[in-house]
Parts: sequence; structure tokens; C-alpha cells
Amino acid sequence: MKPRRRQRLLLVGLLVAGVTVAVGLALLALQENINLFFSPSQVVAGEAPANTPFRLGGMVVEGSVRRSDGSLEIQFELTDTAKSVAVAYTGILPDLFREGQGIVAQGSLRTDGLFNATQVLAKHDETYMPPEVTEALEKAKAMGVQ
Amino acid sequence: MIPEIGLFALILALLIAVLQSAIPIAGATRNNPSWIGVARPAAFAQLLFVAISYGCLTAAFLSHDFSVVYVAQNSNSRLPLIYLISGVWGAHEGSLLLWALTLALWTAAVAWFSKSVPDRMVARVLGVMGIVSVGFLLFILFTSNPFERQFPAPLDGRDLNPLLQDPGLAIHPPMLYMGYVGFSVAFAFAIAALLGGRLDSAWARWSRPWTLAAWIFLTAGIALGSWWAYYELGWGGWWFWDPVENASFMPWMVGTALIHSLAATEKRGVFKAWTVLLAVFAFSLSLLGTFLVRSGVLTSVHAFATDPARGLFILIFLAVVVGGSLALYAWRAPAVKSSGGFNLVSREAGLLLNNVLLVVAAATVLLGTLYPLMIDALGLGKISVGPPYFNSVFIPLTAPLAALVGVGSMLRWKKDRLGRLVQPLGLPFALAVLLGLLWPVFFDSYQWVAVFGGILGLWTIFAVLSGIWQRTRVGQRRRDLAQTPRAVFGMSLAHIGLGVFVIGITFTSTYSVEKDLRMAPGDTYTTGGFTFRFDGIDQHRGPNYLSETGTITVIKSGRLAATLNPEKRTYLVQQMPMTEAAIDAGLTRDLYVALGEPLDDGGSWAVRLYLKPYVRWIWLGALIMAFGGLLSASDRRYRKFTREAANRAVSDASHATF
Repeated sequence: MKPRRRQRLLLVGLLVAGVTVAVGLALLALQENINLFFSPSQVVAGEAPANTPFRLGGMVVEGSVRRSDGSLEIQFELTDTAKSVAVAYTGILPDLFREGQGIVAQGSLRTDGLFNATQVLAKHDETYMPPEVTEALEKAKAMGVQ
Repeated sequence: MIPEIGLFALILALLIAVLQSAIPIAGATRNNPSWIGVARPAAFAQLLFVAISYGCLTAAFLSHDFSVVYVAQNSNSRLPLIYLISGVWGAHEGSLLLWALTLALWTAAVAWFSKSVPDRMVARVLGVMGIVSVGFLLFILFTSNPFERQFPAPLDGRDLNPLLQDPGLAIHPPMLYMGYVGFSVAFAFAIAALLGGRLDSAWARWSRPWTLAAWIFLTAGIALGSWWAYYELGWGGWWFWDPVENASFMPWMVGTALIHSLAATEKRGVFKAWTVLLAVFAFSLSLLGTFLVRSGVLTSVHAFATDPARGLFILIFLAVVVGGSLALYAWRAPAVKSSGGFNLVSREAGLLLNNVLLVVAAATVLLGTLYPLMIDALGLGKISVGPPYFNSVFIPLTAPLAALVGVGSMLRWKKDRLGRLVQPLGLPFALAVLLGLLWPVFFDSYQWVAVFGGILGLWTIFAVLSGIWQRTRVGQRRRDLAQTPRAVFGMSLAHIGLGVFVIGITFTSTYSVEKDLRMAPGDTYTTGGFTFRFDGIDQHRGPNYLSETGTITVIKSGRLAATLNPEKRTYLVQQMPMTEAAIDAGLTRDLYVALGEPLDDGGSWAVRLYLKPYVRWIWLGALIMAFGGLLSASDRRYRKFTREAANRAVSDASHATF
């Protein structure tokens, strides 16, 4: 083999090895960092995993928001109009969090059925509804009709 | 009347765009000078009519014409003047019109500044840009007409989204669009070269300043967006790996790869087919970004309300552009031959490695962004991919890139020895390690991540400085420096910006203190040597909002460090609350305070206190990069008459110039 060709082969080999490592890394990371989305109905039906983080979406139930005294802990209920799940969160809520608003909470389910949120997402547009929440609401509505 | 003129002008612009795409390209194929001659006037005429249309929409905003649906939805009679002007691109329809205007501007700029490029080439370039313009104008006219009327007109408008009532966001979208759309020029040059079957270093040379210009805007636009998110969203984060952020970041990465591979194509005639492919990808990713933002398929801060027809249109448009150019590429590329060979240790190899790393990094971001959409489309459930994925994939891919910047930019074309670089790079490396080990001593805790990031950033900066030093010779350093092309300084500055950026993200992510607290008036909290005291809340009234303004006094070693006034605003029309964070900015640290909500009648509030070390270096680094690009783009040789210079084979291998 000519030296030049050998070098080119080496170069191609290095590139292929590098890309392979990168792809492997990406797939591994993807596997570990995916958050599934569940609606309150699914959570109540026991479809959501325990102790694994996932996303829960729905509308904040009117009159359900309670703050505890002396700390930043807050509890509220999320509903897809069919079923609802209690959510606990500690910290500052986004500006557009309010009763009746569609939100998505990231967190995990405790064994007693309370959803422990680490992050609450509400969008900055009063008419905007997260697509996941819209779909969950529609599904719940369709189930109610049957 | 004025809105109808705007609509009419837009339809005329579409007709002109059809002419601009059909006649010059046909003329270039048949070599018919009078058909080729249509290209430039058509480009200017299109700019004129799109500008008229855009001006009409602005006029409708300024005159509070609420019979126009778009104005009624995004404006209000009490909106301050600057937001009446920026409100034009505050929502879907208007921002698409801005897209079209930006495209018309770039097209006219190409028509104006391409006197040195052969007319056939210009005709093809303007023709391809005309095709893109036809697609976008059709999109506006069929799915998103900004001039739609409603009767009876409402008495007042629904107001601009309060989030957008901010100077940072007033300039962010135009910057970003200048970048996005700017890549259409590189794309058009690549397609034109494929059409003409002439892919040589001349094509790369014409394309380079345009690509750089687009890259500069995109860099500045992304930095502005990040800065805006930092102070306006009230979370103190500067990057969220939000799908819409990714949508702007992917074209940036591929565009950066394109700049580097264009350099190799121009100087050495290598990577030609690859460069064409990158130009196609950079613009396709810009279009994909528009699709992701506009179609509403993603849950994102930036997403607008959904309209499936729009998403479908952009998807088809995207398929036509990507599919068409790839088909053309498959047909023409086999004829393209890269001329020179190169050694494993050479600047070409370094640029190749840079390209591979950047493109692979862009591909992993693309994977993470589109994966939820694919899973959803396959009916496998709703998922989201969070920041941990991006961080764990992106950082291992880009850290080597930063580490190799200094080495790569010092390598010679064609053939070099690594041993030659030991002497000039030894001192920078030693210095970087020494300072990198010392730097974290000034923080509360000694973190090895900070040491690593500090060394990486400092090494990049010092290696680049050493590279400039190497260009000068003993006894005539001043003269050598004066003779160094501006492009070299531009490249060096951009790489220094990268180093500054690396240091910024490392220290910010390692040493930030973030605290959500319940504070009653008089309460204090101490962190990192700073004592924050909450002094209570006052009421204020703004032009179109009510504000509750807090006062927080920050004391460091007994002396007043800052008085911060974070606000909680309620915008009257939409009854929408908005957090306005208060920031005391500094070169080595930001003090960041935001108000949550009132907790009881005793004046207690939820308060967010952040200490962000070196966070400014992130945007400073990006600005230095953009400025480096500006310096490069203004290099004398791009302004020179380049026709014959371009045909000359460039064989100056030993004296590497960028």
C-alpha cells in the first residue's frame, strides 16, 4: 500500500471510529434521559411508573391550590376532566400558573399517589395550551362519551 | 386602504419572484444575455414591493387600525411606540413577512455587491433565491395573510404579548432572521454552482463573505436571545435546550462548519462536494427551524397556537428544497473532483476534523429535537428529551473541538509536522494549566470541572495569541503584524471568543448559587459573601401595566454592593402577570433577583436570589466571535476585483492565510 493511501485509510478509520463513539454516546444518553408523558387518567389507572421521572399534564383544578405556611410548598390538583391527580411542588411557580390553566409538571409519583413535581411549566401565552395537554383532554372527553 | 395596498404589493412581489426565478435561470442555461439581465432589476423590484407591503403593515400598527385582525391581536392603543414597530414581527404572520423582507434584502444585496461575479452565475444565484421567495410568499398569501380585515373593528387591540415588550426581544428576531435567511445566499451559490457544473475555488471565494455575514448575524441573534431569556423569563438560565433554541443552534453549527470547509475549498480546492452539501444543510436546517417554530408541533416557550395547514405547507416546502437540492447534488456531484491531496497532519485534516465534530454535534442535537416528534408520529407515546441528554452528548463532542482550535489554526496547509508545534505551543499550554489550576482558588470550593474548563478556555486563548506571535519575526514584529491580513485577526478573535465562552459556561454552571426563599421585610440571606436584605414592596403604574416593585439591598463586607428593584407586573389588557428580574451585572459575577408571589398579608414574598459568576463571559464570548467574523468579512481581498484572482490556482501552501 502506498503511504498516502495508508494515511487516508487511517484518517477514514479515525473518522468512522469517532462517529461510532458519538452515535453510541447519543443513543445511550437518549435512553437514559427520555421523559414520558402521562395524563391524570393514565396515572390513576396505574399506567405511570413509580419512582421514575415523567411528565404529567392537565388543567389546574379551580380552588385546589393551597400554600403551606412558612415555606414555599404548594399543593394543587391536575385534571384531564375525567380524573385528577394531586401535585406537590416547592419553589416559585411560573407567571402564568393559575387555576384553570393547562400546565405540564415534571416529577415522579410517590407511593401514596401524590405527584412530586420538580419543575412546573406554563406557557407564556394565555391562549396557548401544551399539545400534550390538549390531546389528553380530548381523550378524556372521548372516554366520557362512551 | 393601506392594508389593501400592502396585500396588493405582496401579490406583485410574488409575481416578480416568479419572473426572477424562471427567466434568469433559463437564460443562464441558454446563455441568453437579455434573459440573464432580468435577474438584477427583478431582485430590486421585489425588494421594493416587499418593503412597501411591510411598510403598510407597520403603518397599520402605528395608526392603530384594529380592523386588521393581526393588528387587533398584537397591539393596543396604549402600547409604546417602539413596541408598535417591533410588534409587527411579534406573532406568526408578521414575522413571516419579516422573513420575506429579509430574503428580499439579501437578494438585493447580492444583486448590488456581485459586480465582480460573472453574470450567468449571478443570474442563477438570484434565480434560486427567487424560488425560495416564491415559496415563502405563497405561504404568507395562502395560510398567513397579515392584512386580513374584520368588521366591525374592535375598539381596542388585545395588546402585544407582554413577554415581547422588551428591547432585547425587539432586536432579537430581526438579527436571527438575518442569520437564518442569510444562509439562503450560501445555498443559492451552491445550487447555482451545481447548475452551472462549475465548482471551483472561485465559487468558494464568492460564497465566503456572504456565509460569514449570515453567520455573524446568527451568532449575534442567538446570543441576544440567550441574554433575553436570562433576564426576561426570570429563571436565570441562559440556555434551556428548548426545541426552538436548538432550531437556531443547528444551522449555527452547520454554518460554522461551512465557514471552515469553504476556507479549505477556496485555498486548496478540497472538500468541494462536502462544502456544497453543508451549504444545502445549513439552509435546510434554517427552514426546519422555521417549521419547528411555526407549526406548533413542539411544546416550547416560543411556540405559537397551532394551525396544521401551515405546518403541512412548510413541511412540503422543506421536502421540495431538501429533496430537490439533494437530487441535483446526486446528479452533479460525481463530476466534482477535489484537486489537491493532503497529509494526515495538515490544516486540511484539522478542518476536516472540525467539520466532523461540528456536524456530528449538530446531528445529535437534531436527534434529540426530532426524536419526540418521531415517537409521537409513530404513535408510541408522548415523550420529551431533557437538557441532561444534550449536556451528556454535546459536551464530550465539543470539548475536543475547543482543545484543538489552537493547534488546528496553526497547522500549515497540505503537510506539517506536529513536532514543529511543540515549541510555539509549549508555553501557552504551561501557562493555561498554571492559571487554570489557580483560578478556582478564588471561589468557595475547589472544583475539578472548573479547573478543566478554565484550562480549556485559557489554552484556546493563549494558543491563538501564540499563533499570531508566530507570524512575526524578530526585529520586524511590528511590520509583520501590520502586514498580517485582517482575516487572520478575525479568525484569531473568533477563536478567542470561543475560549472566553468556554470559561463563562464552566464557571457559571459550576459556581452558580440559586435560592428560592420566603422573605418578609427585613429578612436577610447570605451567600458567597453577599448579604441580600428584602426591604418590602411598593406599587407603581407603567404605561400599560401595574407594577409591584420590590427593594432588595445587597451588602458585601459591610458596604453597599447594589440596590435591586425586581418587579411583578400585571399587564392590564391581557391581565397577564410578568416577572421582571433585577440584575446587577459585573464582569466576574451577576447578582440576580426575581419576585415570585405574595405569600400572606404580612408582606412576605417568594423571592428568587441568584449569584451567577462569570455569566457575562458567555455573551461576551459570543460577541467577540461575531466581531471576529466581522473583521474577517471586511478583509481587503473580498473587496478586490476577484474574477481573475479566483481563476488562479492557489498554491501558497507554506504561508497559511485564512
